[in-house]
Amino acid sequence: MKKTISLLTAAVLLSGALAGCGGTEKVSGTVTTDGSTSMEKVIGYLSESYMEENPNVKVTYNPTGSGSGIQAVSEGRCDIGLSSRNLKDEEKASGLEQTVIAIDGIAIIVNPENTVEDLTVEQIGKLYTGEITNWKDIGGTDAPIVLIGREAASGTRDGFESITGTKDKCQYAQELTSTGDVIQTVASNPNAIGYASLAAVKDTVKALSVEGVQPTEETIQDGTYKIQRNFVFVTKKGEELKEPAKSFFDYAVSGNADDLIVKAGAVPTVK
Amino acid sequence: MKKTSNLPERLMRMLFTVCGILAVIFVVLITGFLVASGIPAIKEIGAGEFLLGRTWASTAAEPSYGILPFILTSVYGTFGAVLIGVPIGILCSIFIAKMAPKRLAATVRSAVDLLSGIPSVVFGLAGMILIVPAVRETFNLPDGANLLSAIIVLAVMILPSVISVSETAIRAVPKEYEEASLALGATKTETVFKVTVPAAKSGITASVVLGIGRSVGEAMAVMMVSGNVANMPGIFKSVRFLTTAVASEMSYSSGLQREALFSIALVLFVFIMLINLCLNLVKKERK
Repeated sequence: MKKTISLLTAAVLLSGALAGCGGTEKVSGTVTTDGSTSMEKVIGYLSESYMEENPNVKVTYNPTGSGSGIQAVSEGRCDIGLSSRNLKDEEKASGLEQTVIAIDGIAIIVNPENTVEDLTVEQIGKLYTGEITNWKDIGGTDAPIVLIGREAASGTRDGFESITGTKDKCQYAQELTSTGDVIQTVASNPNAIGYASLAAVKDTVKALSVEGVQPTEETIQDGTYKIQRNFVFVTKKGEELKEPAKSFFDYAVSGNADDLIVKAGAVPTVK
Repeated sequence: MKKTSNLPERLMRMLFTVCGILAVIFVVLITGFLVASGIPAIKEIGAGEFLLGRTWASTAAEPSYGILPFILTSVYGTFGAVLIGVPIGILCSIFIAKMAPKRLAATVRSAVDLLSGIPSVVFGLAGMILIVPAVRETFNLPDGANLLSAIIVLAVMILPSVISVSETAIRAVPKEYEEASLALGATKTETVFKVTVPAAKSGITASVVLGIGRSVGEAMAVMMVSGNVANMPGIFKSVRFLTTAVASEMSYSSGLQREALFSIALVLFVFIMLINLCLNLVKKERK
């Protein structure tokens, strides 16, 4: 009797151990990433699920901002630099290359009662800097425009302001601390306009088309929807990534990570 | 008293002492931590610039760290909440203690207790969905998230502390005082306002100070209804409180911005300490 039990226990333990190392080949070590604060969620989802599959690898993330991340990778202080903008030509010339892992699409949302359907990027910029203050000036009813935004440190705000050219110039009526709050506020105020990651937008608000293009996964992927920016991995050109950084990189750009990217509120690239 | 020498008794005494000291240690630790992490940024920015500066732009290309808007908002917001909440609270406590029939009083009292148990995020949510749109429509404003909405939410939130402390104070007034007043021909209302309330004065003051403390320290609920823009305060303007200034930026902050947030917390801490000091003075006077 005792023997059977111990045998059974051994079998269970063994099968557990085997399951643990089954699947992909074993990689271990640390992957260091450094850069864009806007990519926090994407990296969070990717690294969490990657570490679940590869328990011996630790993926670290240092939220310093795109510029610092690019600097860090060029100085070899991290494996993968994270940038929420494309590399500039001089950065490419200095021996860096970029791989787009996801696209951040920012929807411009208004209350469903609002009659405005379409705005240009320029109009949006003028709205947020306070040059246009009434909906009637852009084809709506005669009512003041209420600008809803995110708190100063938000990645979505950073993306929105850099695309519309309104950095540090926005005349917000409310600075809210979460996407949910923005949507709720816009849904309850007929004069409000706000911005939020496309993935978070629900039926309670209306997403405006920008220069005639509705924000959808397709229009973001083909680049016709204007209010978008790339989330990129920055690496050194001509230099093969070491394991486990390479394995993490491949994981992030593989189609398998698309679901995670969607969960993190971004749009996956066309594979 | 006989000295006990058995082991369990001594062990328990030690446990009590350790737990007693633990609370003190926490206070000392938090104070030390706040002072140590709050002072550097004030030094770097300059105390005058920090406390009296009118612009807060912590993430701008040329950052500016003036917290006067937050200080004034916290002061105005608290003042407004006290202005609305305290009279309602005191009248309600008189109602419970003196006017209402026993069963009704018990119902009202348990409702008040329930009110004090509601988490502040729920107050915020209710404020966001009910008060903000109501303020917008009543005053015909483009947006209802402003100081007034925050004051209304805070006024409701301080009610339970004001009511329960004042009620205890009013109940503690000796019956003879009121009976004497009634016997002299004063009506019930006259008795309450001319005899009972003055006699319970210090307890009621304590309740007001407690309400002020609660309102200064509240973050979550006001964050959801006040709009959170670092404007100089105005009743219909979107404003940011000391508490929400810390809460809304802390998660992403870095460098001097982060240190400045600690400094704001330090300022808030000093405010709360002053309020507690007042409370202690009031309590002492009562004795």
